[in-house]
Amino acid sequence: MKNFNSLLAAYMVFWAIVFIFQFTIARRQARAEAELEKLRQQFGK
Amino acid sequence: MSPNRILWLVVKLIAALWMAAAGYAIFFVAPDESTMHAIQRIFYIHVSSAWTAGVAFFLVAVGGVLYLIKRDPRYDWAGLSAAETGFVFTTVVLVTGPIWAKPIWGIWWTWDPRLTSTFVLWLMYAAYLLLGTLVDDKQRRSVLRSVYGIFAFINVPLVFMTIRWWRGQHPSPVIAGAQPGSGLDPTMKAVLFLTWGATLCLFAVLMRSRYRLEVIRGETEELRQLAEDSAVAPASNRPFVSAVTPTGFAGRG
Repeated sequence: MKNFNSLLAAYMVFWAIVFIFQFTIARRQARAEAELEKLRQQFGK
Repeated sequence: MSPNRILWLVVKLIAALWMAAAGYAIFFVAPDESTMHAIQRIFYIHVSSAWTAGVAFFLVAVGGVLYLIKRDPRYDWAGLSAAETGFVFTTVVLVTGPIWAKPIWGIWWTWDPRLTSTFVLWLMYAAYLLLGTLVDDKQRRSVLRSVYGIFAFINVPLVFMTIRWWRGQHPSPVIAGAQPGSGLDPTMKAVLFLTWGATLCLFAVLMRSRYRLEVIRGETEELRQLAEDSAVAPASNRPFVSAVTPTGFAGRG
């Protein structure tokens, strides 16, 4: 199929962007949860 | 496991299955376009991502209006989550477009009205996301973000109309405003709507995940404020007269 590599590249880029976004959310969430836990311990909640 | 968690696991499963079905339809069900052939299949994810971004930015504006009326931070969090997710889908549009354009037009990019207005839209929501990092006060930040989110949405219908108002290099509309004699093959149309449904489902999963982060941040900010207040309280309870000494201000230590 002509230009099949470009087609494949477009779909790979789509999934790469989605996974990078999900990964950054998970990382930020882990950091925020750790901070929240620390504050909760400080307040004995 | 809470019922809410089970519900979201089901939604995630539906999104995954729907995306798989859309992928199958794009590669194996949609007919080959007569002039562009395989590369035309980028259209399904390109257009679906653009429409999903439009829905996301509409939610940002709705969240902004609701926040300004009710002053409930949850609306601001929802708006912010929709903006970030919509920004991601606009990025997909701006990347997949040139991948299609290079073999068809022979160039990656041109300053055509549709392309330029989409790029401006991307910049506007990048500014929206930066806005939150510039203001420290929680309420001022939310108000500013809400007003800006409503204002930025004006560009969305403008982007939609560019290929209807001006003739540029971007292909003419094939849905909602197609010229007589043009349009989309019924199978292609079905695959496009199937892909858009899957993309919307994926958007819901990503936005919910981003919203959860904002909920945690909101709770953290509240506790941090409490910690700061309790650290300041003993100093403010000290007798004020001790601040002034015969030689001048001693300060509060």
